Amino acid sequence: MVLRTPPLRDVHADRGAKFTEFGGWDMPVEFDSIRTEHEAVRESAGLFDVSHMGEIEVRGPDATELMQRLTTNDVRKLSSGVGQYSAITDESGILIDDTVVYSLDDGYLFVPNAGHDEEIEERWRTHRDEWELDCTIENTTEQYAMFAVQGPDSVDLVDSATETTQAIDSFEIKTVTIDGIECLASRTGYTGEDGFELIVPWDDAETVWGAFDCQPCGLGARDTLRLEQGFLLSGQDFHHEENPRTPFEAGISFVVALDTEFVGRDELAEQTDPDEQFVGIELTERGVPRHGYDIVDADERIIGTVTSGTMSPTLERPIALGYVPAEYADPETDVWIDIRGREKAAYITNPPFEHSIE
Amino acid sequence: MSFDTPDDLRYLETHEWARIDTDDETARIGISEFAQDELGDIVFVEVPDTGETLTQQKEFGVVESIKAVSDLYAPLSGTVSAVNEELFDAPELVNDDPYGDGWMLELEDIDTDNIETLLTAKEYEEQIE
Repeated sequence: MVLRTPPLRDVHADRGAKFTEFGGWDMPVEFDSIRTEHEAVRESAGLFDVSHMGEIEVRGPDATELMQRLTTNDVRKLSSGVGQYSAITDESGILIDDTVVYSLDDGYLFVPNAGHDEEIEERWRTHRDEWELDCTIENTTEQYAMFAVQGPDSVDLVDSATETTQAIDSFEIKTVTIDGIECLASRTGYTGEDGFELIVPWDDAETVWGAFDCQPCGLGARDTLRLEQGFLLSGQDFHHEENPRTPFEAGISFVVALDTEFVGRDELAEQTDPDEQFVGIELTERGVPRHGYDIVDADERIIGTVTSGTMSPTLERPIALGYVPAEYADPETDVWIDIRGREKAAYITNPPFEHSIE
Repeated sequence: MSFDTPDDLRYLETHEWARIDTDDETARIGISEFAQDELGDIVFVEVPDTGETLTQQKEFGVVESIKAVSDLYAPLSGTVSAVNEELFDAPELVNDDPYGDGWMLELEDIDTDNIETLLTAKEYEEQIE
């Protein structure tokens, strides 16, 4: 398989980055050390290349109608220059992807996860044609690089890079100029910290990347940061075929506007109280939980599976995410995780893990 | 980037090292600087208890970094005589000092016939180039 490469692949390699395949892209996983990068984001700031994220633009008279019918949240609540977290579900209400939808002056820009852009573009085109809606759909994934500046110092960093005070509220998106390059800056991220995501013309990526003097971070730190927050990783915490989940099971019911009409709406309306729930799990014994490990109960029955797990760099404790039957989902419920044949004691908690410290 | 491969050690293709004392048939075991760098931040090391026996080339434990789990393979056959218990609380010692404070096990009654099957430092360097 030929991997897609971000525009700064060589720049990152020269900086000493290690790479990994993610969603069909060859992306930097680590620049210095995951722990160093993770701590930089929690304590000061880090800069991520997230150019593997998709960008799809929808414009025209029926753009709102198409977005409303293909995403679960209510796009009519968006004023221009504002974004919302949302989900894309199939006819059964099963998650295909999660996304952020931005309303722009002349349409919408939304951001599917790595490797989903072509499938989602096709989905949009097919439904537009089927419903005879009047709008254009453009997959601009390889026209834009995307960077995330995350951490408590990110406001100062973006302010100085744009040479003006940017009053960008949470989930707002504005046009900014960085070293002469016009970019879109949104007050979003996926680390649990204050921060910005920058959508940058592909050919100008190096100029904008170079405007930020802070710790470069790879996808390894991004994974530990999002995991501490309990944020879903598309394809791992849910997968359309391998681990089909509804937004209610996956703990993102807040993105489902049942008072709107969208694909999967009627099925979801019947499933608001799911049998299984997405939970956080903390180990009380030594060991590292990983994707695919069994979650078992006091009677050694397998009750679920870990979807994500790691040693938390912030807490210095092993943490995990996964699905368990609703009757096990209350915080403090004792469970065990089978780590290579040994059951390690753990308990259920509500992410974000940082806030679950006693 | 070049990695330290001390001359007084012997190596397994899977990146474990052994510091062998042929006089009293003992050896200390760990993983190479190259291996710890590849793994990244090490957060957990699982090794057998003293008294257990290892067989050359067979799995004897795991080392886990933030991002991955890797099996450990025995460079020599022998009986575990000591375990570096400091690694239980400070697994990062493997990153900081892989040939020193980051050692993992000591073996006694090693099978000295195994030794010649191990790589020399020069041979191991060629492998990781």
